[in-house]
Amino acid sequence: MRVGESVQRVDGPSKVRGTFAYSSDLHAEHMLWGSTVRSPHPYARITSIDTSEARAMPGVHAVLTHEDVPGMKLYGLEIQDQPVLAFDFVRYGGEAVALVAADHPEQARRATQKVRVEYEVLRPVTQAEDALRPDAPRLHPDGNVTRHVKIRHGDQVARADVVVRGEYEIGMQDQAPLGPESGLAVPDAEGGVDLYIATQWLHVDQQQLANILALQPEKVRLTMAGIGGAFGAREDLSMQAHACLLALKTGRPVKISYSRPESFVGHVHRHPGRLSYEHGANTDGMLVYVRARILLDGGAYASSSTAVIANASCFAVGPYRCPNATIDGIVAYSNNPPCGAMRGFGSVQNCYAHEAQMDKLAAALGMDPVELRIRNAMETGTEMITGQKIDGPVPVAELLSRVSSMPLPANVSRPLPVYGEGKGGAVGPADLTAMPGGVSNTTHGEGVKRGIGYAVGFKNIGYSEGFDDHSTARVRLSVIDGRPRVEVHTAAAEVGQGTVMVQAQIAGSELGVNDIVVLNADTRVGSAGSSSASRQTYITGGAVKAAAEAVCQRVLGLAQSELHPASELRIENDNVVGGDGRQIVPLATLLGDAVIEETREFHPRATHRLDPETGQADAHMQYAFAAHRAVVDVDTELGLVKVVELATAQDVGKAINPLAVQGQLEGGAAQGLGLAVMEEIQVQDGVIRNASFTDYLLPTILDMPPLRMDILELGDPNSPYGLKGVGEPPTISSGPAIVAAIRAATGRDIRRVPVRPHDLTL
Amino acid sequence: MRIACTVNGHTRVAENVWAGESLLYVLRERFGLYGSKNACEQGECGSCSVYLDGSLVCACLVLGGQANGREVVTVEGVDAAGVQQAFVDAGAVQCGFCTPGLIVATHDLLRRVPQPSDAQIREALAGNVCRCTGYAKIIEAVNMAAR
Repeated sequence: MRVGESVQRVDGPSKVRGTFAYSSDLHAEHMLWGSTVRSPHPYARITSIDTSEARAMPGVHAVLTHEDVPGMKLYGLEIQDQPVLAFDFVRYGGEAVALVAADHPEQARRATQKVRVEYEVLRPVTQAEDALRPDAPRLHPDGNVTRHVKIRHGDQVARADVVVRGEYEIGMQDQAPLGPESGLAVPDAEGGVDLYIATQWLHVDQQQLANILALQPEKVRLTMAGIGGAFGAREDLSMQAHACLLALKTGRPVKISYSRPESFVGHVHRHPGRLSYEHGANTDGMLVYVRARILLDGGAYASSSTAVIANASCFAVGPYRCPNATIDGIVAYSNNPPCGAMRGFGSVQNCYAHEAQMDKLAAALGMDPVELRIRNAMETGTEMITGQKIDGPVPVAELLSRVSSMPLPANVSRPLPVYGEGKGGAVGPADLTAMPGGVSNTTHGEGVKRGIGYAVGFKNIGYSEGFDDHSTARVRLSVIDGRPRVEVHTAAAEVGQGTVMVQAQIAGSELGVNDIVVLNADTRVGSAGSSSASRQTYITGGAVKAAAEAVCQRVLGLAQSELHPASELRIENDNVVGGDGRQIVPLATLLGDAVIEETREFHPRATHRLDPETGQADAHMQYAFAAHRAVVDVDTELGLVKVVELATAQDVGKAINPLAVQGQLEGGAAQGLGLAVMEEIQVQDGVIRNASFTDYLLPTILDMPPLRMDILELGDPNSPYGLKGVGEPPTISSGPAIVAAIRAATGRDIRRVPVRPHDLTL
Repeated sequence: MRIACTVNGHTRVAENVWAGESLLYVLRERFGLYGSKNACEQGECGSCSVYLDGSLVCACLVLGGQANGREVVTVEGVDAAGVQQAFVDAGAVQCGFCTPGLIVATHDLLRRVPQPSDAQIREALAGNVCRCTGYAKIIEAVNMAAR
């Protein structure tokens, strides 16, 4: 396994056979099932909790409330504001209030219904705008503004020849990982606990759990269980503390596995937002200024809102040169479900707005939208609105020209014959799946209009604003059964993206050993940071590279001291070879019983906090860019949209595993399509109305069109192997390109996503 | 209640089953066959697809009691090595939570339609939600398995 090869998943065989153990598949002898009592109200004062009836039920072993939390009663990634179990107030519908452990999950579920919680119902704050009013109830001690990011760049009163304005609204998207929040907590005999869990960041869970459980971190040991997707939904604690509390209380293993409806209230979502933009440009199309107010609804608790709003603000104008900018990014508390991390992390919401604005500007100027974008495209050294000059390749114009020059799909949606050709000449029914409305058979092409749209976006890779981003890797070389073997141990979460292959490929490339085993992630090794921010290949990859290099140095030192003091040596194909490639000694012979192990931490270059008044700083470490073109057919009579094709160009720096890179581009685009045309958590009066996969629509295989891909490897001079983070850019500009195509097809001024049928017809 | 059924060719018996348990729960928690997945438990995502007397069903929508005396084949027992290898080779697996259901559903498609068109693949797998891959490599995998 080497860097740059398409490598199949090592966990693939067990996943296709159904034997891979996900966090919901765990079982232990004498295990109990945990269940959670949740608030039906978005905002209420808790006046009493009576657990006596529930405790007396058959099969019930424990009922816990906030009084049973031994340590910190509040937790949170950035601000500790969320109760482990609610006390005094509940601030969103679905908030955890009490816990039950029982022999059977149905006993547990029924017992939760017998926990009597008395509420004094309060009027919820259900709009972020309302939360900002002076007379709004104060939902948290420091007020309702979680963070206000101000960017003041250049001339604040600049004037322009052409001005376009727009208001945009983004719905609340769910990560909807298929694997439910789940895990198994097993108490030990000394008051500690082992937690088998699907999480994006083991060590931040461990630290939070130690605080909540009032235990030393070494008494709270976490082992990664199989993760059924994440996309940001597993950044925050969900059932981790609850399972541990129940296990420590009962002295029995406790499993919690959320149902899908519970999952919808058990993790944070993508922030919904309202964005107001004003773009000014010269008559030649060059941007003069952008002024924007971005208001995100953070919901009841902060989660990672403070970082999300920083991204939304820093990238507010898109990857364009813009000499003057006035950006106010505000994220507010409300009584809506809490929002936090989701793939794209603040860069998705603003991309809908800045790309719609660029199209508006192009229309006002009578220019081609791609040409306008290329004219304003950032380049290497361009100063961002935060004052940071981006180094390394900035191929914005290149990506745009590539997607716009790809061949267009055939126009199949003109009136179809009733019968079409099947494979092998067989006559079958017309391919309705190619039509808006699909097999509902709502049109054979009448009323259908085609549109083409473009979008480009960018975002930061890795943690920002002074956070000490780092990862740890332990690499161990030994001889097993006469063959050299390398074990790689990190705490990086394999969420499906393929970090296990990346780690093996890097170790294989650096050490020239064929047998590479990546150990399961756990807290016996140092932190890897989170599988988020498209950072794991860069940061944990960097740590594995450093540790493997250190092991390699020691091996070659050994070879030189014992055998060839002066020669130039390297390891290749399990052998130490000379500079000319000639075998000098088999690695197994050289090592014998020796074990060579090195642990390294990798820290990328430092970043800095945004200035609180001007938002100026070198706040981000690396930037990644992607462009999309969308082709849609819209049934203009019914408002139904068929995305016919997506095309993308993305610079990945260096594709460590090209097969996995393609998978990220395809899957990320599908999630972008979802927000553009179907995915929205419907929140009414603070309560989620569609907490199921029946009512929350995810793109199926019928919705997702073929994706043309152009993957560029331009090489970042600062990163390991020149790589760039890959996972998030596909989710940023795919949706805005689709909405641009719908606007082009219908001529309608669409201001809200997801686009609904009545937005196109009424 | 007591459930006795044939699962992947073996007689399996579960005692003291609560009448509300789904076949999915019985397979997973009573028989330890965790391959069928619990993603939506509402018949929308197809992650728990199994054969019941030769018909493709969502195990979450079948009561455990309904399987009494009948034959169940799960991803652990389905004879689909070619499909499984194709999913690995094509890169159609990421997190893999949807994969067991897709393996069974693809097996069902290919026994009915050995050489499906892309449209037939899309129609047949429309009940299997994948959140990771965007489906392109799943279509590739089905085509590989059909060859």
